[in-house]
Amino acid sequence: MSVSLPEPLRLFALLAGAMAFVGLNAAYLVWAERKAAGRFQRRPGPTEAGPAGLLQPVADVLKLISKQLMVPPGADAVLFRAAPVLVLVPAMICLAVIPFGERWVAREMPLGLLVLFAFGSIQVMAVMLGGWASRNKYAIISAARIVSQDVAYEIPMLLVMITLLMVTGTMDLGEIVRQQAGGFWRWHLFRLDANPLMPLTFVIYYICMLAETNRAPFDMAEAESELVAGAYTEYSGMGFGVFFMAEYANIVVGCATATVLFLGGWQSPIGVGSGPVWFLAKLYGLVFSVIWVRWTFPRTQFYGLLNLSWKILIPASLFILVLSGAALQLSGS
Amino acid sequence: MTPPPATVQAPGSGETFLLNLGPQHPATHGVLRLKLTMDGEYITRAEPVCGYVHRMHEKMGENRKYAQFLPNTSRIDYLSAMHYTHAFVGAVERALGLAVPPRAEYIRVITSELNRISSHLVWFGAFLLDLGGFTPLLYAFDDREQILDLLEAITGSRLTYCYYRFGGVCHDIDNAFLEGTRAFVARMRPRLRLYHELVTDNIILRNRLIGIGPIPLELCRRYGATGPVIRGSGAAYDVRKTEPYSVYPQFDFDVPVYPEGDSMARYRVRMDEIEQSLRIVEQALERLPSGPVRAEGVPRVLKLPAGEFCCAVEAARGRFAVRIVSDRREIPWRVKLRTPSFSNLSLFEEASRGMMLPDAIALLGSLDLVIPDIDR
Repeated sequence: MSVSLPEPLRLFALLAGAMAFVGLNAAYLVWAERKAAGRFQRRPGPTEAGPAGLLQPVADVLKLISKQLMVPPGADAVLFRAAPVLVLVPAMICLAVIPFGERWVAREMPLGLLVLFAFGSIQVMAVMLGGWASRNKYAIISAARIVSQDVAYEIPMLLVMITLLMVTGTMDLGEIVRQQAGGFWRWHLFRLDANPLMPLTFVIYYICMLAETNRAPFDMAEAESELVAGAYTEYSGMGFGVFFMAEYANIVVGCATATVLFLGGWQSPIGVGSGPVWFLAKLYGLVFSVIWVRWTFPRTQFYGLLNLSWKILIPASLFILVLSGAALQLSGS
Repeated sequence: MTPPPATVQAPGSGETFLLNLGPQHPATHGVLRLKLTMDGEYITRAEPVCGYVHRMHEKMGENRKYAQFLPNTSRIDYLSAMHYTHAFVGAVERALGLAVPPRAEYIRVITSELNRISSHLVWFGAFLLDLGGFTPLLYAFDDREQILDLLEAITGSRLTYCYYRFGGVCHDIDNAFLEGTRAFVARMRPRLRLYHELVTDNIILRNRLIGIGPIPLELCRRYGATGPVIRGSGAAYDVRKTEPYSVYPQFDFDVPVYPEGDSMARYRVRMDEIEQSLRIVEQALERLPSGPVRAEGVPRVLKLPAGEFCCAVEAARGRFAVRIVSDRREIPWRVKLRTPSFSNLSLFEEASRGMMLPDAIALLGSLDLVIPDIDR
């Protein structure tokens, strides 16, 4: 499916589309999460607002908008207000380079992967800023946790990326997807010839993604039973709402990255009929698994995550990196 | 996985801050306040501040008649109402030398053990909530709902039962209750297996509980900790065995004991206790005698002989004891309520020293505190 518009218009349409996508996506992922959590917990979830509770997100947004955005006395007002924006904007920028289909991309870039990871890290700093600016002890503990969590998981994630880059040889996301055309056995997830441990690479990426998006079982930064709401404790109204939107936008970005890198992007698993539908199916399949994990597992300890990262994930991803290099060298490519 | 050693009181550091955990905090399950002195995420001192729901139950006991105070007992620990009422009527029965008909004793055992199971199910859900697992709560409440429905049918209330009376119980139980209880026992066993498969064997849960928050037996003894807390530290102390009351000696049940003393030991004790309570209920249903459910000739206005009368029961959280001092009037001269949660909380200050915040929360959850029970 081609989009035949003049370049500025096309760019504008796709950027506006990305923004609308972030909002709608957050609203309806909240609904989906509540419905799914309800099913996991043997209850129906939201049912009152609209059919099957479909208007629940609208009600939630109206409630959040109608509330006052309080800046706690003594807080750094500028940073406090800037933090939610700084969380959301990088996620939107990331969406601009993600190819939803052959031509469904706001801005195709030769270094798309780099953009994804550069902006992906900013949201962590923004949450930290929010926690720091709140002048709340719980929020500050949360901010400190975010920083060390950030250091712990970014390393294995980037090591995994280097492995993948050695296989693909390009940072162009569209090109990476095109390499995986022709059936699911061509996806990077199953490229056992390049690296026999490719599925493990995906698992490492997935764990790091859960940590990056602050999702259970790594939601130490929010940890409501310990830190009330962590960095978000002092946020009310839409300030909190934007953090919430950003959380879901980041989940989508993380899952979309996994889809592009490992699951063949828009490519059909049977080789025919490729298109954005496949991309969305894979994307939301992954998003569902993230929701599933959250409602199944308890939270790890903080040092549990650090141990996992430094003692297991980093050595494992280094080993995979070396193995991958050796395999490529031997196969002479 | 053991936590990294605490950096408490590192030379030159000494920079601590005060963190108020509560009285409004998700992990305290009520209005308990902990004044935490923190060094980073390590706790150097945790001072419990209680009294936010102090309702003067002891004083209330001392200015009203015995029958008038009876409903109060079920409100001290609202999750363990049957046991508390049992201790109070037990003390009065001992004073008056009332012989409780065997059928009433059996009904008391059945309802007490059902109450224990429902209390442990609430703990199970709330504890997992403290650890960040949301879903088990809903499963546990589903099971608990069955118990509440059963008890509501015979007592008329779902939480603060005032079912036991001096010399018996209020109403006889019916066939629907017996059938329902049998069905519940049959349902609960596979559910317990399910909990063990889904929750107990979960690797994250095991990492969070094994070796975390060890409480030495000596510490338990020093603070008077009882119930699952001391049994998780290796002492087979259960009032039903050590100071037998009611008809408990007639039943065959084990006292689960784990010597490790960590949060996992306390978790396992409670899970095993659900199983043992099911065993007791099963035996009691099998041998339930017929006959009256209230003793004959209980005076309308009770006047206890002069002296001190005590009765202790094994409540869901440990040893609950009532001590009544009577001077022959209709109103007791002194009512002392010995509640288990107060002692169990007291050891938290010492046990939590040097722990990290999330582990301390796991320790707090494993103590299974009910805040009104602390404050009385």
